[in-house]
Amino acid sequence: MGKPSDLVQGTLDLLILKTLLLEPLHGWAIGKRIQQLSGEVLQVQQGSLYPALHRLEQQGWIKAKWAESETGRQAKFYALTAAGRSQLEKETANWNRLSTAINLVVGEA
Amino acid sequence: MRLAEQIRMAFLSLFRRGQASTRLDDELRFHIDRQIEENISAGMSPEDARAAALRQFGNPALLRDQTRSTWTGAWLDSLVRDFRYVSRTLIHAPGFTLIAVFIIALGIGANVALFTLVHRVLLNPLPYPASDQLVSIYEHESGGSTHAYMPVAAGSFSEWQRASRGVADMAMVSPFQGYSVSAEGGKLPEKIEAAMCSWNFFSVLGVDPALGRSFGPADDSPNAEASVILSGPFWQRRYAGDPSVIGRKIWLDAKPYTVIGVLPESFVYSGAFGGNTVQVWTPIAHEFPPPVMTTFQDHEAIGIARLYPGTTLQALVSRLQGVQKQIKAGHPEPAVHDSVIGHSLLDDAVQDYKTPLYALLAATGCVLLIASMNVASLLVARIASRRKELAIRVALGGGWLRIMRERIFESLLLSIAGGATGLFLAYAALQWLVKTRHDMNRIEAIHIGGSELGFTILAVFVTALFAGLISAFSSKFKDVLGGLQDSSRGSSSRARAGLRRTLLVLEVSLTVVLLVGAGLLLKSYQRLRSTDVGVPVDNVLTLHVGLPGARYKTTVQRVAFFENVLSQVRALPGVQSAGLVSAAPGQGYGGDDLVTVVEHPPLPKGTGLDLQIRGADPGYFAAIHLPLIRGRVFTSDERLDRANVVVISQKAVEMCFPGEDPIGKHIKIGSDGRVGEVIGVVGDTRWNITEPPMPQMYWPVFGNDWANVAIIVRSPANVSAFAMPIQKIIGSLDPDLPVSGVGTLRESIAKSTIDSQFDSLLVLAFAVIALVLAAAGLYGVLTYLVTQRTSEIGIRIALGARREQLLRTILFDGIRPALLGLIVGLAGSAAAVRLIRSMLYQTEPLDPAVFASVAVLLLAVATLACILPAWRASRLDPIQALRTE
Repeated sequence: MGKPSDLVQGTLDLLILKTLLLEPLHGWAIGKRIQQLSGEVLQVQQGSLYPALHRLEQQGWIKAKWAESETGRQAKFYALTAAGRSQLEKETANWNRLSTAINLVVGEA
Repeated sequence: MRLAEQIRMAFLSLFRRGQASTRLDDELRFHIDRQIEENISAGMSPEDARAAALRQFGNPALLRDQTRSTWTGAWLDSLVRDFRYVSRTLIHAPGFTLIAVFIIALGIGANVALFTLVHRVLLNPLPYPASDQLVSIYEHESGGSTHAYMPVAAGSFSEWQRASRGVADMAMVSPFQGYSVSAEGGKLPEKIEAAMCSWNFFSVLGVDPALGRSFGPADDSPNAEASVILSGPFWQRRYAGDPSVIGRKIWLDAKPYTVIGVLPESFVYSGAFGGNTVQVWTPIAHEFPPPVMTTFQDHEAIGIARLYPGTTLQALVSRLQGVQKQIKAGHPEPAVHDSVIGHSLLDDAVQDYKTPLYALLAATGCVLLIASMNVASLLVARIASRRKELAIRVALGGGWLRIMRERIFESLLLSIAGGATGLFLAYAALQWLVKTRHDMNRIEAIHIGGSELGFTILAVFVTALFAGLISAFSSKFKDVLGGLQDSSRGSSSRARAGLRRTLLVLEVSLTVVLLVGAGLLLKSYQRLRSTDVGVPVDNVLTLHVGLPGARYKTTVQRVAFFENVLSQVRALPGVQSAGLVSAAPGQGYGGDDLVTVVEHPPLPKGTGLDLQIRGADPGYFAAIHLPLIRGRVFTSDERLDRANVVVISQKAVEMCFPGEDPIGKHIKIGSDGRVGEVIGVVGDTRWNITEPPMPQMYWPVFGNDWANVAIIVRSPANVSAFAMPIQKIIGSLDPDLPVSGVGTLRESIAKSTIDSQFDSLLVLAFAVIALVLAAAGLYGVLTYLVTQRTSEIGIRIALGARREQLLRTILFDGIRPALLGLIVGLAGSAAAVRLIRSMLYQTEPLDPAVFASVAVLLLAVATLACILPAWRASRLDPIQALRTE
């Protein structure tokens, strides 16, 4: 497994919200999906993942439901709320602005 | 939408915490299981898969805590954890906890009780509308006399009322009157206290009757139909709250009065000359005989006024002073006063209580200070034995701020428990006060309300902060680090205890001040109790009767009644002797008159001889054991129109006949011109045990218009048993005559010392509390020091030090701050006792006996407090001591 890169907390929120855009997932699956989608570059530590998930839940961007998972065991599935959807758009826009600005400074095209 | 979600989440986190916790555990376990499955499918063995998954997962407990910390109310978690830990440690040290809570309860309880008193009695405005505009006006002698505020003559008042038009509404009241209420409808005859007032008295105060109407100008005249207004409690008690009493007639002093109104139940008029026990009110111009209504010399009333907006008390008083000066110029008799003085109605009610209450408030403030210092000291002593534990916690990353928070939490818990108990104690103490001192002005205003509860909470927080901060800062980092180092064998303990020792010295000195105060007050009270009233006070019973003028119109009728009663009382088996007197020794002022000696040249204008006047029967002097010094007492035929003889007291001889024999000379009463021949001289008696005796003259009671007498009965044993038979005798002679003031002479004298007894008991209570607190403080500090020096002591014993020597050294170490405190305290007392000089009776503030006994007491208690830790130290097993590392 590759070496994990540091992820800023706000960015982790953005990744989680984007991952849940398609379908509800449980915590294990979210971590795997992020790893997959990023081409094995980003590996989320559960030490950051679960606190982030619970914080997002407390703030009302995602909501949770216990349901049967693909292995037959009960798991906690997280889904995006309507408010979470608009928050995702906002965060995406922010990220784009930020990354563009950094690129300008660093000098790559 | 989002808000609803947030609220739902907050609710779940706060109230379903346990459930949420379990769910979190399930979630994390699911994650680990999936990781294990992944590892197995990647080819690891089950055990390796599990180990790898767990290794990668990290610390589950830490993860759980980090996740939980994102929940709302996470701060609640640590608070609850702290609370549980602190309460567990407190419960496991029940002795310490109970003592600490008790100490705080004493401190806070005393303060809350006194705050209630000061707030409700002294500071709370009177319950009348715009009560800050109400004032009380008195007459005043500008040359200075014993009393600054003197009752007003009705004639002067009328002049003042005329002069005050436009600046104030004035009314007068005479609140020290009384009536006999006749028996009717099955009720017993009763003697009640009454007040006579101007028709506008209630409107000046701003009080409306609850039933019926108030007085009008038509009621307040000599020719009006007699009317009366009842007080609320009297109406409830005697007429069972029956509204049909309005318009009915009741019989006061055997005369009919129409009830025109009833005052509200809560209305009380409290003045410096009484009023809070008044049961009925009658119009003053109707009740006072016309000469008394126009006199400038007979002072029977008090003036009150409601100032108009813009007028000050000083302005009104100056205006009235001008009027009174003119009156004095026109009537220069010595009984006419020449000035006017006034103060607010609130001051009128509570002036006498200001000094004692504020002094007590200061005392309780001291007690609370001492109590918090004590609790701090005890807390610190407790910490001292846990230094190692704290050091290890800090070393393990326990957060040094956390430890401080715990200390404050500990003292907060103790303070809350102590505050609740203290509030309860204060409530009980106030209930006791209201029950025993219902003669006190404004006692009806005492109750524990919102501001008192707020004060309690404030006191709890101040105590918690004070004690907590002291104990928190004593467990400082330096301390803690030093605790880990084995080289610290109590070398710097002496310096650390410096602050606490200073506090202890202060504590002890405050205790000494309180003890000295209590000692002086007790001595004063004892002197008061044993003061000679002029006659032996044991085995004497007194009963008071007053003959109403309406039924006993002539002197002959009155004298006949008295003689009848007296002969029947004397005939009772077991009665040694009996007599009649208008006012017995120690039972009140009884009236006075200005006299002149007929044989002497006239006195310079403006001076007069003031003698207390008494009426007595011939047998009175023997019955009361009043010594006859010269001459003789009345014979049985010196009565009615042959009653122009007088017996005077020793002091009267010194005043009226200095250096000559008074027997055979004649005394003339100024007010009515009666002349009497002096036939005898008797000893002095005090009219009030706290006042010096006044010169007195005795006229025969069988004549000379006496209507109110006290029956004196002496019997060798159980004199109180004669109360019932004598009341029966009086009832058989006149069934409608109430008997009042039934009691022994000793009891009535005890009543007049109640104030002094009360004061001394109160200060004694405080002094005892302070002593207990100081002892606890000494104990705490010495225990701490011994714990600090455990290893040192162990070494000493191991090296062969004698245990008695050790005991003495440590004991002296503990007593040293007490000694210092004693010296400081005695010096402080010498300065402070000057403040209570006014409350002392025949006792010098710098009484050596009191100071000496306080010193001895304090040293004894200090030794007692320090003996236990010192003894424990001297009994240390050296091996154990050296092993406590």
